[in-house]
Amino acid sequence: MKKIWDVHGGIHPPENKSQSLSKAIVTAPIAPQLTLPLSQHIGAPAKAIVNIGDSVLKGQCIAEAVGPVSVPLHAPTSGTIVAIEQRTIPHASGLEDNCIVIESNGNDEWRERHPIADFRSLDKNMLIDIIRNAGISGMGGAGFPTSVKLDTRDDIAIDTLVLNATECEPYITADHSLMREYADDIATGVAILAKIIKPTKILFGIEDNKLDVVEGITAALAEHDFNTLTGLKTEAEVITFPTKYPSGGEKQLIQILTGKEVPSGGLPAELGIVCQNIGTAVAIKNAVCLDEPLISRITTVTGDAVNQPCNYEVLLGTPVEFLLAQSDYQANKSSRLIMGGPMMGFAVANTAVPIIKTTNCILAPTEQELPTPPPAQACIRCGMCAEACPASLLPQQLYWFAQGKELDKLEEHNIADCIECGACSYVCPSNIPLVQYYRASKVEIQQRKVDHQNAELAKERFEARQERLQRLEDEKIAARKARQAAAKLAAEQRGKEDERSVAVQAAVERVKAKKSQTETSTIPTATPVDSDDLVARAVAKRAAQQAEDAANPESKLIRAVESAQQRVTKSQARVVDAEASQDPNLAILKQAAEKAEAKLVATQQALNDFKEQNSAQE
Amino acid sequence: MALMRITSPHAHNKQSTSDVMRLVLLATLPGVLALTLAFGWGTIINILLASLFGLGLEALALAARKRPIAFYLNDYSVLVTAVLLAIALPPYSPWWILLTGMFFSIIVAKQLYGGLGYNPFNPAMVGYVVLLISFPMQMTTWVAPIELLPASVSIPSLWDSLLIALGLLQLPAVDGFTMATPLDLVRQNNALMIDDLQQQYTQFGRWGGTGWEWASIAFLIGGLFLMYRKIFTWHAPISMLIALAFLSAVFYDGGSSASIGTPAFQLLTGAAIFGAFFIVTDPVSSAVSNKGRIIYGAGIGILIFTIRKWGNYPDSVAFAVLLMNFAAPLIDHYTQPATYGHSKKSK
Ligand code: SF4
Ligand code: SF4
Repeated sequence: MKKIWDVHGGIHPPENKSQSLSKAIVTAPIAPQLTLPLSQHIGAPAKAIVNIGDSVLKGQCIAEAVGPVSVPLHAPTSGTIVAIEQRTIPHASGLEDNCIVIESNGNDEWRERHPIADFRSLDKNMLIDIIRNAGISGMGGAGFPTSVKLDTRDDIAIDTLVLNATECEPYITADHSLMREYADDIATGVAILAKIIKPTKILFGIEDNKLDVVEGITAALAEHDFNTLTGLKTEAEVITFPTKYPSGGEKQLIQILTGKEVPSGGLPAELGIVCQNIGTAVAIKNAVCLDEPLISRITTVTGDAVNQPCNYEVLLGTPVEFLLAQSDYQANKSSRLIMGGPMMGFAVANTAVPIIKTTNCILAPTEQELPTPPPAQACIRCGMCAEACPASLLPQQLYWFAQGKELDKLEEHNIADCIECGACSYVCPSNIPLVQYYRASKVEIQQRKVDHQNAELAKERFEARQERLQRLEDEKIAARKARQAAAKLAAEQRGKEDERSVAVQAAVERVKAKKSQTETSTIPTATPVDSDDLVARAVAKRAAQQAEDAANPESKLIRAVESAQQRVTKSQARVVDAEASQDPNLAILKQAAEKAEAKLVATQQALNDFKEQNSAQE
Repeated sequence: MALMRITSPHAHNKQSTSDVMRLVLLATLPGVLALTLAFGWGTIINILLASLFGLGLEALALAARKRPIAFYLNDYSVLVTAVLLAIALPPYSPWWILLTGMFFSIIVAKQLYGGLGYNPFNPAMVGYVVLLISFPMQMTTWVAPIELLPASVSIPSLWDSLLIALGLLQLPAVDGFTMATPLDLVRQNNALMIDDLQQQYTQFGRWGGTGWEWASIAFLIGGLFLMYRKIFTWHAPISMLIALAFLSAVFYDGGSSASIGTPAFQLLTGAAIFGAFFIVTDPVSSAVSNKGRIIYGAGIGILIFTIRKWGNYPDSVAFAVLLMNFAAPLIDHYTQPATYGHSKKSK
């Protein structure tokens, strides 16, 4: 028997699993309308590729993945697309989100399928592609795209494949019944996973409240030759361990089976471990061997408000109320409807929300069964929460800091490592909704991070702007100096010219005098010479400037910036004046100022671009 | 029926804070019984009056703070404080001692700090220490165990005990009705070997003080019951008792006149066991993590011994607890347990 490790804390809530296990899995009938949220997984929502009115076949892709962390969506049955719109989604928030609604035509007619006789002929990438295209995301918990999890980086060696068949939440028996009835499919799924990630160890973890399936699973796994599949020496083992909530948390399960802790903020892959739920394994098997995408799942319907609790194989998109009706749901007896288990599940907003890829259970308890929590009393710091916490946190301290909104303290006490399992709330004798506080605090911390980043960004931008303005200012000064120097030079030259013209003048005078003396009437030559000279000078100056511009276009841009700057200053001054005098044209002036500013920015940009280009050329 | 929208977890175990407090009260019963058998009705009257005063004061304070009175009284915490203080006080304490003690416990130590859960100091011990400092005479006068009373002295009946507490009747003013406690004796002793001391004074029983030892064992039973019911973990009480026993062993000094007795004597006399399981385990004012609670408990054990041996007070549980209450936040700071994923192993 392999060694197992213990996790800290944990609780033993009443299991309530037998109710839904008395019957075999029932295939639920097809609901008249199926509602498929575009986001049933973690990552970017899928994008609809069908239109209202389109007819679709069962298994046809109706929404494609967007980006690497995303999965496509397929029609669970044949029918017509009747709506693509916002509908209430099964989520704790009770919000609406985009959904594709299919009206079933009752034929349940498949698209063409290409079953593969032997998956061993496919290589890793082909298998991962199939899994990606089949829309498979984790079916145990959060719904992380499976292909992403399997497509591990080459520099990280994965040596352990962990199969999560823990199902530690009370009431839920979806995985249990899956193992009872689909052991072979699970084993084939495991074999495909083994082929993909080539582990040397396959650890199949089952809590000891499901010992009845161990034999079947062990036998089914023995059908496969894992050594050949991986090309390594691979050992597959079914490991049972004491029932305790939340052993099925990915991190907890890894600790139980390997004794290792997933580093805070890290992934199991860093320890060379990939963890998959057994429901996912079956979906992989169906996708690879039968060419059937993920369009249905096993869901437990239980609780005292249903008369016939059992497990259903149900099409995704089936409304909860439709499924409940199959189990003879007593609406008047039920106080809340929970999707998932009593520890981590969420209360749904209404009964019309659909079953999605992650829905492992619909729990319809009576008030007596799960009573409304009484008002919270004071925290007596009894420490029962800390005893129960599987992450070895101090929930009472977190609660204290959460109340005081001491976000730094919360981070210091590792609130980020809280897996929101609810064990602390469960044991708290004062009925404090601890997890609720942690969720809110996590949001606040996240918000603060975002704010902080934004502030940093703004600061950077501000500093960059300041720097740029400073640089412009410096350049302006330099340019002014240069111009002054030029002007001085020009003035000196002009001075010389003046001297010359004085000389000319004198000469002219002399000539005049001579003329008057000699009475010779000739047109003074100095005037045309003078005017010619002016025009020529202007022309020369422009030419010089143009030449200078051509040689050094920067100066032109600098001039543009300068004039824009002046305009901004002026227009802003006008706005200030207008504001003071309540000028009716204020709005217009403001617009003008804004325009001027925009111009300034544009000219500055041009200048910068030019400089960058220049420096790039250099 | 409208669907309730509350967040997970939806399940909750049935034990409430009131249940916890009731269990603590229940667990004091063996000890109270043993004290009554040993010292007469005095302890019961203490409990009765302290509870009445406590409830009244708490109700007043809640009304002044505009809090729902019934909701908060229902947590039984005030009764726990009252019972613990009443047990710690000498039997037949006059009513004004009890009232003063409860005033400081409930109003000052608890409600002024914001009520249950917010008090940095153990309320019962605050009340006790204030009384000890203010009324040292009354606080250090213990009645003699019944079995040591001269045959001529009759034990006051329940009714008489009440009248005594209310000041309407005098304690029997016979010689021998009150006696120095065994802890007083060992502390004041500087001439006799411990063995001789124990021969000479009837206050010494088989292991601890006469009467005290059985009360201590009874409190131990109550405490173990609470531990079994997971009301508290072993860390603080056991580490306190170990620290106390260890130091008594180290300083036993072969039972010389400087010694203050064997470890067994130290554990089974005075309030050591009672303190370990009913005071040190008060979660509100103690350290929070298990490691922290070991340090916290050990600190109290060390302080108890230090004060018993070198201090001015014969018993010292209250001082030791209050001093460690001061230290609790510091202990917490340095004993934060390693969160999953933060251990060195995983890095
Ligand atoms: S279990 Fe509840 S009352 Fe006890 S310490 Fe934790 S939060 Fe406080
Ligand atoms: S919800 Fe968080 S704090 Fe509470 S027990 Fe679970 S991991 Fe610990």
